[in-house]
Amino acid sequence: MTSHWKQFRWERALPAVILLSLLLIWETGSRIGLIKPLLFPAPTMIGRSLLDMAASGDLWLHTRATLLRVLLGLLIGGVPALILGLLMGQSRRLAIVLDPIIAAIHPIPKIAIFPLIMVFLGVGEGSKIFIAAFGAFFPILLSTAAGVRQINPILTQVATNYGANRFKLFTRVVLPGSLPSVLTGVLLALNLTLLLTVAIEIITAKEGLGSIIWFSWQTMRTETMYVSLTVLMILGVLFNGCMHWLTRLLTPWHQRTE
Amino acid sequence: MSQTTYAVTCHNLSKRYDAREGIVAALGEVSFRVRHGEFVCLVGPSGCGKTTLLKLLAGLLQPSSGVLQFDDNPEDGRLPNALVFQEHGLFPWMKILDNVAFGLEMQGVNRPKRHTLARDFLGQVGLAAFANHYPHQLSVGMRQRAAIARAFLSDPRLLLMDEPFSALDAQSKLVMQEELLRIWKDHQKTVVYVTHDIEEAVLLGDRVLVMSGRPGRIQAEFVVPTTRPRDMRNRNHPDVQELSWRIWKNIEADVRHNLALPDTEATASA
Repeated sequence: MTSHWKQFRWERALPAVILLSLLLIWETGSRIGLIKPLLFPAPTMIGRSLLDMAASGDLWLHTRATLLRVLLGLLIGGVPALILGLLMGQSRRLAIVLDPIIAAIHPIPKIAIFPLIMVFLGVGEGSKIFIAAFGAFFPILLSTAAGVRQINPILTQVATNYGANRFKLFTRVVLPGSLPSVLTGVLLALNLTLLLTVAIEIITAKEGLGSIIWFSWQTMRTETMYVSLTVLMILGVLFNGCMHWLTRLLTPWHQRTE
Repeated sequence: MSQTTYAVTCHNLSKRYDAREGIVAALGEVSFRVRHGEFVCLVGPSGCGKTTLLKLLAGLLQPSSGVLQFDDNPEDGRLPNALVFQEHGLFPWMKILDNVAFGLEMQGVNRPKRHTLARDFLGQVGLAAFANHYPHQLSVGMRQRAAIARAFLSDPRLLLMDEPFSALDAQSKLVMQEELLRIWKDHQKTVVYVTHDIEEAVLLGDRVLVMSGRPGRIQAEFVVPTTRPRDMRNRNHPDVQELSWRIWKNIEADVRHNLALPDTEATASA
């Protein structure tokens, strides 16, 4: 039992050890010129650059721009998706009508329609947020509809049997029953929206983490590019952490994996 | 008091489904009555339409033809019936307390009051310590006890049970049957109880209606002679065993047919 626990702890520590070793190899390799510092600046250099950018306020400016697009996109795309998903999950008829339309639109690479969207919404924030929202829409719609559909029909019958009206059926069965699936959809949407926003920023934006990547690459200031990548990585980890926390908070009954 | 002295009256009740292979008669022309405070068991092989009949009584399905009458008074606001399912009848997202109080919640009882009542009833079924647990943290037997508590607490005119103990192991089942008899004795509800377990039907019921399938109908009716209160010792009583045997003889042909086995009836009676 103790050896089992030791092994368990050892495995937990391993990712950190591996990560630190890689950084160490990178650092020394870059310093002694084994790998090109221009392509792979030493982690300490990236760290210094990060601190400089943080001190000048540039880092926050770009991070905020990206974050704002991601969250606005999530909100603007997510809310209609949630409502439509709840309706589609409950109405077989609506699902029959909308399923083929969704199946047709969903696979379009969201980036591919960006030029078209710019024609309608201009080159400003509108078109960027639209693409983010467009990306967030589908995972949330599909997860929500699936979440409603997988609710055990017995539970709907129980509620009806005890006299639940449509409103009670919705608030006490449909909403909580689909919530775990909805939250999974939001997590997927969040990651996808971040990806799309960065891609769009690389194409057009003057502000944002994606724009830093492209600009620093063009000017060969690679350590700045790595700063942006680091922040993006932290954002990704943060999003996932937040969503897991939120899931545990909102769906305490749904913890089979523990 | 009123002119209908029966809690339930079914007359030529039938249910047909539109299936891909044509119209399927799940239930054909069923007639029976249930007295107030009576415990009636419906026994039959799988696919005989027991559950369909129960869902018709619960109002979850509409009959294709026939008359279904309840002795109720819609003015008093009481729940017409409560159905206890085989399993998975508790809401996974509600704590046991909220699950048990659900019927009261739907009847508009305010939160403090329904929680007090539910807590009280949980005490009666020995689940007081689990009020704040979620269903997945309880055993199947405990969950069914909570589901039964919810049904009794909602004080329905008619209690409908669809093989509530079929997911339990044999020992837990015995204990739960005694528990059910104990709770029922205190509340004197009219019960329609569906099961495929003949011994269970004879042990619990005042009357056993034997059903046969395709289409489902009631083919025999037996009055259980044993007096109440009953307990597990009844299972060994010669009258009970004799009755169980007679019921089994009624069902056997259907079961053999379901299993595609030849009928022994001819050889046995020869």
